[in-house]
Amino acid sequence: MSETYFTKEHEWVRIDGSTATVGISEHAAHELGDITFIELPQTGKTVKQFDVLAGIESVKAASDIYAPVSGTVSAVNDGLNDAPEVVNESAEDAGWIAKLEGVDAAELSNLMTRAQYDEYLKSL
Amino acid sequence: MENLKDTPLYDEHVRLGALMAPFGGWNMPIQYEGIIAEHKWCREKAALFDICHMGEFLYKGDIVGGGLEDVFTFSVKSIPVGRSRYGFLLNDEGGIIDDLIVFRLAEDEAMVVTNAATIDNDFAVIASRLSGRANFTDISAETAKLDLQGPLAREVMSRFFDPEPCNLPYFRSTKTTILGVEAIVSRTGYTGELGYEIFLPATRVKELWQLFLADERVKPAGLGARDVLRLEVGYSLYGSDIDEVTTPLEAGLEAFVNFDKEFVGKAALLHQQKAGLAKVKAAFRVGSRRSPRHHYEICTGDDTVGTVTSGVFSPMLGCGIGIGFVRPGSAPLGATLTIRHEKVNMEAEVVELPFYAGGSLRS
Repeated sequence: MSETYFTKEHEWVRIDGSTATVGISEHAAHELGDITFIELPQTGKTVKQFDVLAGIESVKAASDIYAPVSGTVSAVNDGLNDAPEVVNESAEDAGWIAKLEGVDAAELSNLMTRAQYDEYLKSL
Repeated sequence: MENLKDTPLYDEHVRLGALMAPFGGWNMPIQYEGIIAEHKWCREKAALFDICHMGEFLYKGDIVGGGLEDVFTFSVKSIPVGRSRYGFLLNDEGGIIDDLIVFRLAEDEAMVVTNAATIDNDFAVIASRLSGRANFTDISAETAKLDLQGPLAREVMSRFFDPEPCNLPYFRSTKTTILGVEAIVSRTGYTGELGYEIFLPATRVKELWQLFLADERVKPAGLGARDVLRLEVGYSLYGSDIDEVTTPLEAGLEAFVNFDKEFVGKAALLHQQKAGLAKVKAAFRVGSRRSPRHHYEICTGDDTVGTVTSGVFSPMLGCGIGIGFVRPGSAPLGATLTIRHEKVNMEAEVVELPFYAGGSLRS
């Protein structure tokens, strides 16, 4: 499996060829508590790195999900419409939010590796 | 930040891994396992809440002669011994200083149960309205309170206690002995489920807490679940939905105001009845899983007609629910509203309270 990269806003991204899979980190899911709603992006939507990509709500808070890399939304995890709790159960795998096409791996240099992210979490 | 107070159960909450947060000046458990899991447990089994932060005042003396009869929006002298009544302490303008319950413990004895953040002010206001011929004391510090709520609450109670407190009908209370000490058990709560509020000396509450939690039908629940439970059944939260600039008429709570007696704020309410209300409460159901939240705007078309005061995702209904205050006439039953906040927009329908009526409350 390709390496996972993280943003300071707690999104993750994995790139496979020109496709990126995006979600929120386990840390973020835990901090949000019970997730009750995901505002999935429209397929075809084009975003720049760190633009708002999606929305997420929990019993405690509503927040934005930012695009870890630039690209065009090619797929969304429709299952989250009825079962957003999957993000609590499996934030970095089954709880993926969207896939982006046409991404540039060079943007990963603006993100953190898992080791760097773990260090970052300790600093919070 | 102000100094937060801890309840006698603080160590128990920490041991259970609770997420703690400030509420009404107290450091309170918001959740243990998770808000939705705790909510579900309360609707299906029995949930235990630490409510030691709430206030209790004891009044001893003639109800009328000591002045208690005219303090609240309801009559205290007409509460039969062993029953309790919900209502309001108002200011001169009819605004709600607090919503509270008075328990008639004996012919010449009553206990007032108040919210946590309002204890000191309530005590001062009530004391100022009494004649001085009765004994009125704030017993909040030495009095603990646990709420056991859920359809299995009676079965759990019956395992440990005498039949009398366990078999109380709704809104009845009794002085009884629990763990060998004097306690008050009441068939009331804030969840819409069959349940009990138990008042006992703070020195013994840890023992009762542990006794209940040793029963596998009981799990602890935090203030997060409590907020979802109470909003599903349409109960107001003091400080969010009602406050000193909101009257019971505006809040749709006139059922708890007795105009056949005297009380501070009565003239203002009578005037408001004639002159018309500045705002009215509206309850609404969102057409998605989106949650309305405190301070979101309530709109009809492009017109902002009010503000959300409470909103949550309702696990029982599977959608967002909320209450708020709107311009009179702007949100009739069945009307479509838009709830707005920054770039968030959600469609909602005006509905009647309660949102959820399937609870075991009166069983």
